[in-house]
This record gives sequence, C-alpha cells and structure tokens, in this order.
Amino acid sequence: MYRSNVLVCGGTGCTSSNSLQIAEKLKEELKVKGLDKEVNVITTGCFGLCALGPIMVVYPEGSFYSMVNIDDIPEIVEEHLLKGRIVTRLLYQETVEEDTIKSLNKTNFYAKQKRVALRNCGVIDPEKIDDYIANDGYAALGKVLTEMTPDQVIQTILDSGLRGRGGAGFPTGLKWKFAAANDADQKYVCCNADEGDPGAFMDRSVLEGDPHSLIEAMAIAGYAIGASKGRVYVRAEYPIAVKRLQIAIDQAREYGLLGEDIFGTGFNFDMELRLGAGAFVCGEETALMTSIEGKRGEPRPRPPFPAVKGLYQKPTILNNVETYANIAQIILKGPEWFASMGTEKSKGTKVFALGGKINHTGLVEIPMGTTLREIVFEIGGGIPNGKKFKAAQTGGPSGGCIPEEHLDVPIDYDNLLAIGSMMGSGGLIVMDEDNCMVDVAKFFLEFTVDESCGKCTPCRIGTKRLLEMLEKITKGQGTMEMLDEMEELCEFIKANSLCGLGQTAPNPVLSTLRYFRNEYLAHIQDKKCPAGVCKELLEYKIEKDKCRGCGMCARKCPVGTIFVTDYTAPGMKKPAYMIDPAKCIKCGACMDTCKFKAIYKG
Amino acid sequence: MQKKISSIPFSGTPEQEAKLKEVIAKNIDDPGAVMPVLQEAQEIYGYLPIEVQTMVAEGLGVPLEEVYGVSTFYSQFALSPKGKYNISVCLGTACYVKGSGDILNKLSEMLGIEAEECTPDGKFSLTACRCIGACGLAPVLTVNDEVYGRLTVNDVPGILEKYQDA
Repeated sequence: MYRSNVLVCGGTGCTSSNSLQIAEKLKEELKVKGLDKEVNVITTGCFGLCALGPIMVVYPEGSFYSMVNIDDIPEIVEEHLLKGRIVTRLLYQETVEEDTIKSLNKTNFYAKQKRVALRNCGVIDPEKIDDYIANDGYAALGKVLTEMTPDQVIQTILDSGLRGRGGAGFPTGLKWKFAAANDADQKYVCCNADEGDPGAFMDRSVLEGDPHSLIEAMAIAGYAIGASKGRVYVRAEYPIAVKRLQIAIDQAREYGLLGEDIFGTGFNFDMELRLGAGAFVCGEETALMTSIEGKRGEPRPRPPFPAVKGLYQKPTILNNVETYANIAQIILKGPEWFASMGTEKSKGTKVFALGGKINHTGLVEIPMGTTLREIVFEIGGGIPNGKKFKAAQTGGPSGGCIPEEHLDVPIDYDNLLAIGSMMGSGGLIVMDEDNCMVDVAKFFLEFTVDESCGKCTPCRIGTKRLLEMLEKITKGQGTMEMLDEMEELCEFIKANSLCGLGQTAPNPVLSTLRYFRNEYLAHIQDKKCPAGVCKELLEYKIEKDKCRGCGMCARKCPVGTIFVTDYTAPGMKKPAYMIDPAKCIKCGACMDTCKFKAIYKG
Repeated sequence: MQKKISSIPFSGTPEQEAKLKEVIAKNIDDPGAVMPVLQEAQEIYGYLPIEVQTMVAEGLGVPLEEVYGVSTFYSQFALSPKGKYNISVCLGTACYVKGSGDILNKLSEMLGIEAEECTPDGKFSLTACRCIGACGLAPVLTVNDEVYGRLTVNDVPGILEKYQDA
C-alpha cells in the first residue's frame, strides 16, 4: 500500500511536452528522499485538459498540478510529498479557492462532463491489466459468456440505442444483428482506429488510456455475432496507442481473456493489429477492409454490405473505438441506464476533441443534447484573447461550420445534419473573427482533393474543380456566377460519389456558403478578405501619423518597396515611410518589425 | 497527392537486404502482407525506392505493379529519402486555424525547399503532415521525434538554428 498516488498524464498531448521525463524525474527524486515505498507514480492515459499539459494529479488530496515543468519536480516532492504542503502556485488556478482547493470534478471543464467512454482515461495505468480488472474490467465479458445468449447481447445493444460514434450514426445493435444472421465458416470483428479526421483525437485517447475496454468489447461483439477473429486497424501515426494496445492484447492473452476457451465456456476469440499508412479514405468501411487485406484502400460499392461480405469476403462488423468503449458499460449497467442519457434519437454521451481558438483545448465527454454554447463557452472556457466567436466546425472534412445563431441547438446526430454539419468522429474546431471562412472551405477541399482515392469521377474531378474555384475566389478572381456553379457542383458530387468521402466532401463549402455568404461576396465583389487571411487580397499600409520614421521596416523589407515620404506627423522628428502596394509581396516582415504598431493590413 | 520520386541513386547495403529478406520470410503466409512488409522495409531503408519495391514484390510473389500501387497510395510511404532532420509541420485543422500554414511557409522560405522536398545537402526535409493529435499544443511541428508546440512564425529561425551544426 502507498500513502500517496501521483498520476502523471501519458497521453500524446502531455508526452509531447515531456511528461514521461517528468514521471522519471519524479521517481528519481522520490528515491533520493526515500519516499519510493510510500508514494506511487502512475503513468495514465489522457485527462482531457490538454491545454494545461503536462498534467499531474496527487491523491488522496486530488491536487491538480498543471503545466508542470521538470524543474518544478524537486519542489513538489520536497514540499508536497515530503512535508505535506501543497504547492499552490503550480495548481490549476481554477481549483484554488481562498483557504481550500476545489475538487477537479467541480471545475467548469469537468462539471458538465459525463465520462462513459473515457471513464478510465486518466484514472488507471493503461499498461496494467490488473488496474482495468479492478475497475470492473472484463466483468461484462464474463457476464455475457456465462449468463447471456448472443441474441440477448444484441438485444441489449439494440435497446440501449447506441449509434456508431465514427460518423454516420448507424445503430450498432442493428449492424451486429445483420452480421449474426449470416452463416459462415469464419466471421470477423473489426475496429476502426484509423482516426483520420484532422483535429480529432478521442479514439487515440481511449487506445492510450484504456486499451482493454476495446479488447473486451470486441470479444463481446465476437460472441454476439459468432466471430472468432478480430482486427484493429490503427493509425501508424499513433505510436503510443499502438504500443499500449499491443501490450494490452499480450496481457489479455496471458490471462486467458483472449485465445481459446475463454472463461472455460468454449468461446474462442483472438485479435491482431493492422497498421494504417495514412489514407483518410480508409475510414470508410469497405476501404478499410480492403486495406487490411494489404491492398490500396479503395472503397467498393455497397451492397454487398460488410455484414454479408466484408473482410476476405466473410461477414464482418466494423465499429469505431469510441463505440466499443461504451459496450462493457452498457452490459454491466443495463440498456436503460444508457438510454436515460441523451436525446430522443441519440442516446448516451459523445466525446468531442475541442481545438482551435478555445481556451481549454482537450477532450470532453458530454451527454448528447448538450448545446454547443455550453461546450464552447462553459466547458471550453471561451475564446482566447477576447476575440469574437465566428464558427464551430464539426465533422472534419465531411462536416460543416456552425455559426453563432445555432449555438443553442442541442447536439445530436439529427440536429447537426439539419444545420448542414454532421457529428463525424467528434472533432470540434472553434474559429474566431480572425479566421476567413472561404479560406477554411479551401483548406478542407485541399484535404479532400489530396485524400480522394481517385476511383470515382465525381469525387476525383469534382472536388478538384471546386477547389480551383475556391482558389480563384481567394485570389480575387472570383465571379458571382461561380457561387451558383459551386452549389450545383456540390449537389452533383454529393449525389454521385461512390463512398462517404465524396458524398460529404462538399459540406464545408455548402455550409460556409449558407452561413457566411457575405464573406464570399466580400472576396468577389469588394476584392477584400474581411478576416485578413487571404494574402492576395491584403494590402499592408503604414499609418502615417503613427510612423516615427525609424526606417526599420524599410531595412527589413526583402524587396525594397518601403520608401520615405516628405510628410512628418505632428510630434515626430523624422518623416513617415510608405509602402508601394504595386511591388509589395505581402510577406508581413515590416509589420512584425515595427515596434510602434504603425503598420496594419487590410 | 502526386509523389515525388527520387533521382538519387539507390545505395542499399547487404545487411539491409538480409533484414528485408527476414521480414519477407516472416510474413509470406499472410494474405495481406504487402502493407506490413512495406512498412518494415521503410523502417530499414528510410524510404521505398523502386529497387526495394522490386525485392518486396519478388519476395512475396506479387506483381510489382501491386506493390507500386500500394506504396504510392498511402501517404506514409516515401519514395524519396528524407533529410537527416525531417521537419514535419502539422496541417491538421486545429493547427491550421492557429496559423501552422504560415509556419510551413516560413520554413519553406528559409530552407529554400517546398513541402515533400529535401535540401540538396541532405540535411533537412520538409513535410506537411496531418494531425499528430497534439492539438492542445497547436500549432505543432516535429523535427524527427522532437515535438515543438505553441509556436509562432518567430520561433522558426531558433528551431532551425538548433540543428545547424549538429
């Protein structure tokens, strides 16, 4: 027994700012002070509040240290762990109250969250199966194998109302039912852990923080549909996730929780990892299976659906990581418990990866039906630097931008579709007044053009033509006719593409045209970029009454386009400078150099 | 994306070839072996020149056309060698809205190469990557395995400086 437990976040966000070295240093210092038998150091998965990383929590006090530096460790060990005096200056400021510290669960960031899929992330050591078992791990698998028939398992999942968390929101139980109904000598259970949506990292956090929950759920799914083999398709870009998942699989095998005759019930199930190699289209189910087969990950027409002919032409189910992370809890706590959370058609919780222009970047899990306003302004802590909110982008390259007027819509699958976006895997990027929405649409189109596999024409050529029009608009060469042409082309691509990538690729364009048409008009008619992003439409200018004539900008200018005028502002000693717009290459070097903020762009 | 194919002559060692043969032998019974073998081949050689692809194709008994198809399909597979220091700028959405595009431009300007290229001395290569998932640190870049976060354009010269004489 230890008197104190120190939890250090070992998720990718915190390890990128050296949390693993911090944990090592901590162990070293504890040893020096002879406390290594009294204080336990545990490297956990992601706590969610990535903006404040590296994160460290000391129990039993629950002191939440944020943005810890390796040099702070001796002080924390000496003061807190040896002498029992909490180092208040390093605590997350929101938890500090006058004479006490507030529980983490009562801070704005955590208070409104409900952690189901992330229940063990930041709580257990993901590399120790015993930690998982101590938190009811594998109890659901035991219950399923010893007390339930496969049909009962499927019915439980159906009753819970769980829908796929990977994007489209197909009812998970229904998927399982279809696959169970097909007889075959071999069936497969697959997991999509190829989180390709840029800006979404919830699946990675589950893999890094609670890998056994995925293994347990896949074994349950195997029992339900009659499959003995599982495959996890995971991004090679997630080395920590890959490593911990492999450790977890090995441990589960060692404990007899994977392999033959699990729990002595005669049920066999084993699984393997497959590494992706960076192709967004492989998030599409048929493309993913083709890729597991080692081929180019191109989608194929459905039907036949994977439940009939999937991996190696055998009946297959494919669910995403977050979907699986809910399964064991549904089995243990019952479908009614799960269905009591959320909205009428979207049950349970959803994890969002908050990113972009927001104070509390990180992972949040909220009951379905929470509004965007609550997520952005309460949990997320609002927009940094006093800037104004412009849009929230959900669903990644397949989703849309949601303007302020829809911030109070309760989030669920159907509501997001109705306002021109989609749930997607749960990336939520906040944009402020400095982001240009035409540029954002262009950014997503560049992504889809790059990632289009090229198999079908509407996607391969259609997205390219869309991008070309957007490029023209951001360069001030757009015409009003282009807007109509774009809308028409968008509808055509949506209706005619083979797979989800193409069918949703126009969404960023359509949603920005719908809500931010005035920005398109400003680019086309006034040749201006209101947010000051699109370079070709910018002009750098010197405010002549602020210019002190120091000449720094003229010396920095790489093309020698800044010259001195004969105007001297009142109160200044030297004449002001001016930029020749015809020769300016808009590099911005002058603006960075000016100490007096006399240069602006507009 | 169109891949840049290297014009630098191939210089594999017998040790590398022996390692590759081992990998091929280990995977030969796997019906989906092409991708995992290419992944390990890239670990061994650093990139996948046509000579390596040919060895993989012959070793696994699949047409070269299929191996080439796979290696050009996935962004992880590089057909040209990376520099001693590979700088990878995250262009995921969270980083992009916080200005990672400007950081990539600055690097490109300072190094005199475009994304997916390598400096003539083989020291630096530049890549634009998708999300590495460190969105809390946005905008982010990595130099080999070292992560630099919460960046501004002004941090770029300092980062390059660190790798100048090494």
